Amino acid sequence: MLNLARFHGGLHLPNNKELSNQAPLRQASIPKKLVYPLMQRPGVTVDPKVQVGERVLRGQVIAHSDHPLATPVHAASSGVIEAIEERLIPHPSGMADVCIVIATDGLDESLVTQGVADFSSQDPASIRTAIKNAGIVGLGGAAFPTAIKLNPGPQRKLDTLLLNGAECEPYITCDDCLMQNQPESVLVGAQILLHSLHIERCIVAIEDHMKRAYARLTQAVAALNDPRIIIVQVPAIYPTGGEKQLIKVVTGKETPSGGIPADIGVLCVNVGTASAVYDAVCKGKPLTERVITVTGRGVKEPQNRYVRIGTPISELIEQCGGYTEHVERLIMGGPMMGFALPDDEIAVVKATNCILAGTAADINIGKQAMPCIRCGDCAKACPVDLLPQQLYWHSRAGNLDKCKEFSLFDCIECGCCEVVCPSHIPLVQYYRSAKSKVIAKAKEAEKAAVAKRRHDMHLERKAKEQAEKAERARLKKEALAKVKQANAEKEGVTQ
Amino acid sequence: MILIICATFAVFGVVLGFSAVYFKVQGNPIVDKIEAILPQTQCGQCSYPGCRPYAEAIASGEADINQCPPGGQDGINALADLLGLEAKPLNDEFGAVKPKSVAVIIEEDCIGCTKCIQACPVDAILGSAKMMHTVIANECTGCELCVAPCPVDCIVMEPIEQTISTWQWPEPERKYA
Repeated sequence: MLNLARFHGGLHLPNNKELSNQAPLRQASIPKKLVYPLMQRPGVTVDPKVQVGERVLRGQVIAHSDHPLATPVHAASSGVIEAIEERLIPHPSGMADVCIVIATDGLDESLVTQGVADFSSQDPASIRTAIKNAGIVGLGGAAFPTAIKLNPGPQRKLDTLLLNGAECEPYITCDDCLMQNQPESVLVGAQILLHSLHIERCIVAIEDHMKRAYARLTQAVAALNDPRIIIVQVPAIYPTGGEKQLIKVVTGKETPSGGIPADIGVLCVNVGTASAVYDAVCKGKPLTERVITVTGRGVKEPQNRYVRIGTPISELIEQCGGYTEHVERLIMGGPMMGFALPDDEIAVVKATNCILAGTAADINIGKQAMPCIRCGDCAKACPVDLLPQQLYWHSRAGNLDKCKEFSLFDCIECGCCEVVCPSHIPLVQYYRSAKSKVIAKAKEAEKAAVAKRRHDMHLERKAKEQAEKAERARLKKEALAKVKQANAEKEGVTQ
Repeated sequence: MILIICATFAVFGVVLGFSAVYFKVQGNPIVDKIEAILPQTQCGQCSYPGCRPYAEAIASGEADINQCPPGGQDGINALADLLGLEAKPLNDEFGAVKPKSVAVIIEEDCIGCTKCIQACPVDAILGSAKMMHTVIANECTGCELCVAPCPVDCIVMEPIEQTISTWQWPEPERKYA
């Protein structure tokens, strides 16, 4: 058994997981429409590979790009491309962006694909290619392309694969449910990852209240008879599921500020991602569906479902019995780190782990913020060991250099400080706003540097042109003088 | 004793002489620092022909720090911070703060006179004589210097619209805290 460490701060939150983890995992039905945003991350947009009116099959690539951080988008069912137009996308701004819309035909015809029966005969590069072509991204919420994560470079020596099943955020049970229902695919996914990374140790970390998942996983490990895989139960303290927090708990090692876990030899992957890797490599199936928790007291039958990526939330809610009358707000993600959605026509994306239809009992709505009384509770709760109060003062004053000095960018926006704040100050929003200001300022500085370079070159060119012109004028003058002189001499001779 | 003192003086004299030559700072470092704060729009609204000349004028005390409309109040505050001066509001003689824009050529009206190309301080306009011109939007600083020279008034300034990738988290409302 491993000796578990602790991270600083954290909170015991009422987890409300029993709302959704009692119902069996079911397959969601085919929605009438499937919607795929073309923007994948800030600055990464894929190009449509299909035209309006074209018929597509399930598993067909409908958008891709050459950007290194882009992953292909696959149709999740067969149908006709209805439009490529602006639609609301799941983004905290609540803005619209270009999406591909498929009108499904209900036939659910799929491309014929074949996986490899024996992944151990594959070399790591071809496994990574298979993972990339299957469009797999981190399903824990950050949606970082998995194939890139699996190739951290030769200077980083990995020793541990950490499968993150510590679903710490209240309400969310999709990973728990997946581990209960498909422990084998998670574990074989882990074996594939171990094989492609050439490492010999895999730790599956789950929270200590996930008794059924623990039993199922232990059974599955015994059946696989793989001594490289260990299942560990970690105490349920929010945010244990944060990548850096979980690494600290399981290995005792701290990820350096600004670094990645691979710097300390750990690669952390969500259990859902491991299962998707299994589907991609062994079955040849691209990522077109995932487990999503639909929960909250605002929906009649909270549950987990296998949902096709691109399904509009309204259809998903309908399949879960519809809204209750007390529903107040729709949130994508959990109550701590999720964001509110302006409309339920928005579709789920690969990063969507939970749809929370919250009532007043589920979420804090509109508590009045009062002045900071400098109690320091936020600093005690911060899992990253930052000084939230200092960050608050400096971000409020727009003092961005000071914010950076107090490690603003190490903040994981978990919201612990906000929960304990007796004055209900929306701290995380201050930090997010300060972060976007820092990023915008850096972009502006970059643009200014380019403008300066171009202006300098412009001046240089002008000066050169002027000098050339002066030189030409001088030469002309000289030639003219010569001609004049020659003429004068000629005249002198003739006279 | 006197000899020792003289020798010491001589040694220091040589050291100082050498360092004056070898460690000479090229240019005026404060000008570079001021220039780094200026937005590099090169618009000339400050009455100097570009950001560098304005930075030099500030450094020499010839110009005030509140003559740069594109830099806005943030720019003035940063300059005040750097130079240890009192921040002041923008002097509206030099123009008002406007939303960031890019120049757009109405291409069907363009007669290909190249006047705007010559006016652009960052060479962001593409075209040649009697051919249609166009603005490289990414490189345009929004200085508006191309607008006035156009004989057919076919250049308009369009404000840059917010997109999802330029969206920023708003600050919380400050009514209560």
